Amino acid sequence: MGRIADAFDDARSKGRAALVIYLCAGDPDLGTTEDLVVEAAKSGADVIELGVPFSEPTADGPAIQRAAERSLAGGTTLAKVLQTVAAMRKRTDVPILLFGYYNPILAYGERKLVEDAAEAGADGFLVVDLPPEESAELREWAIEKGLDFVPLVAPTSNPERIARAAEAATSFIYYVSMTGVTGSKAVDLGRASERAGALQREVGRPVAVGFGVKTKQDVASVAPHVDGVVVGSAVVSIIENAASHDEAIASVRSLVSELAQGLARQ
Amino acid sequence: MRYGPRLMQAPEAASGRYGPYGGRYVAETLMPALDELTHAYRETQSDSEFQAELESLLRHYVGRETPTYFASRLTAELGSRVWLKREDLCHTGAHKVNNTIGQVLLAKRMGKTRIIAETGAGQHGVATATACALMGLPCEVFMGAEDVRRQAPNVQRMELLGAQVHSVTSGSATLKDAMNEALRDWVTNVRTTHYCVGSVAGPHPYPMIVRDFQAVIGREARAQMLAQAGKLPDAVVACVGGGSNAMGIFAGFLDDESVRLIGVEAAGEGIETGKHAAPLCAGGVGVLHGAKSYVLQTSDGQIIEAHSISAGLDYPGVGPEHAWLKDVGRATYASVTDSAALDAFQLLCRTEGIIPALETSHAFAYLPTLAQELGPEADILVCLSGRGDKDLETVLEKLEERG
Ligand SMILES: Cc1ncc(COP(=O)(O)O)c(C=O)c1O
Repeated sequence: MGRIADAFDDARSKGRAALVIYLCAGDPDLGTTEDLVVEAAKSGADVIELGVPFSEPTADGPAIQRAAERSLAGGTTLAKVLQTVAAMRKRTDVPILLFGYYNPILAYGERKLVEDAAEAGADGFLVVDLPPEESAELREWAIEKGLDFVPLVAPTSNPERIARAAEAATSFIYYVSMTGVTGSKAVDLGRASERAGALQREVGRPVAVGFGVKTKQDVASVAPHVDGVVVGSAVVSIIENAASHDEAIASVRSLVSELAQGLARQ
Repeated sequence: MRYGPRLMQAPEAASGRYGPYGGRYVAETLMPALDELTHAYRETQSDSEFQAELESLLRHYVGRETPTYFASRLTAELGSRVWLKREDLCHTGAHKVNNTIGQVLLAKRMGKTRIIAETGAGQHGVATATACALMGLPCEVFMGAEDVRRQAPNVQRMELLGAQVHSVTSGSATLKDAMNEALRDWVTNVRTTHYCVGSVAGPHPYPMIVRDFQAVIGREARAQMLAQAGKLPDAVVACVGGGSNAMGIFAGFLDDESVRLIGVEAAGEGIETGKHAAPLCAGGVGVLHGAKSYVLQTSDGQIIEAHSISAGLDYPGVGPEHAWLKDVGRATYASVTDSAALDAFQLLCRTEGIIPALETSHAFAYLPTLAQELGPEADILVCLSGRGDKDLETVLEKLEERG
């Protein structure tokens, strides 16, 4: 079993949901990202979704769009992100899920990416614009190298598509809480989480709920229902607003520690 | 590889692929909507009531069929016989309306209550706003801030037609960014909203649907050439932005092996300057806006901003069927610069009394090269995709710069 599945198991055995924290690699720079990942893990993040920036982030709202723009302006490439992952691995065991869009992966070469990611110490892939219909090869190669492939289920997914995602999942399934882009206001997180909880029972795999989860209260409304909670834009926004490297580290530490307090299942 | 009649069936029904191109690279949230759209579209193809309504609107509202016109003064100027398929005479002044009437009719049938669209030159936005006014549906159009500036008359037209225009400031603030923003809106409002894509780009089934709605251009033109010239053309030429007017006219001739199909991309300030919009001529294979095709990108897979004098061609991607036609050799693609397009614009004004769109002018700018190659016995059919009133400000500004 991989590090990601272990992290979910470990959280479950402690009577809580796993906290998944999204960070955009290279925002504000890759050195800081390395420090932020280490700090987030120390502060209670169970899994890191490490965003690989793309110039056309069609599934993201303004906060993550701006983060990707800053990162690309600083010269971030997928190759440099992998180098950063390798550097992080010397400092933390936190599972790292590479999260992004397909075109940079296609340009890098899928097969080569899987090899290099495994070598760097990454744990899996989540590609937002690569539905099951298009992802068979990447998934197969990832599994060959012992990496995870995380499929998405949306509120619009029908039973057939859900079954397909469940089959494709190697660790957890990412449940998108609403129709929308990242950073949107959650409509009704409680109800979305109930649906995600039903999905988790039905498919017998851990489900993590993301999109619209920003505060400790939000985390607390999701945690009773599923095995994982994802927070992205809220983290990215405090990094954007930090005046310095040290302030970014400090504010991520305090936000992640606070979010982690919402994970318990009473 | 041969592009025979069998391949006119493309795309493959299940995957929406043209060879290795096309497909569906979108968020899971949109996948069911694409299935629903594919299914609804297939139903309308065998629904005689839908087809009759579409045909009636194209005839009585859009003004089809459009003429194919023998351009005698241009012929004298260029040295090959030149025929113009007059899509500029469509209601709203460009071919875009062929597609929007079809899609909005389809959306209405699907029970959608809101239409969104992206637009570059504003022609597709105007055509969508027009179809929505006609059919009583609310319409919101996403347009890059840069295009809002250089195509101001079309913004005013959309607003008069009752559409809401959103100026998009992210990225390069042009067509690709407008399409990003339209996709973000669609993923948010997918249950109620139809996204009316304006070219043969985007995820399956859009390249197929838009081609089919534009194929009326090629069907008419083929019959008109046979009736008026007594033969098929030797070459068919069209400008290529996303590729819808080209795909529409090519569709009529794909199975006629003697007919050369030539798409003309925007070379902007010159291919060698890197400031162009010619993914087929100078790009690589990538995935943009839901489909695999040729795109302008860095070696790291980041999309590069396109550059063209013409807002409707200022796009770093192109429809996947063109990528396929290029690879199998059934069509060839050339490119012409901003400056050559400007010359062709003026030539058509003065020889034929027709003010073409700047997009269309790119097709004409390739004619001197082609006519020299084919000679006086050849018949060249050009898709005159739209009229140029919207471009007057840009053209006059550029001509003044030239002095
Ligand atoms: C008149 C005209 N021709 C051509 C185009 C380019 O689009 P396509 O390549 O899809 O025909 C546009 C786009 O705005 C247009 O307005």
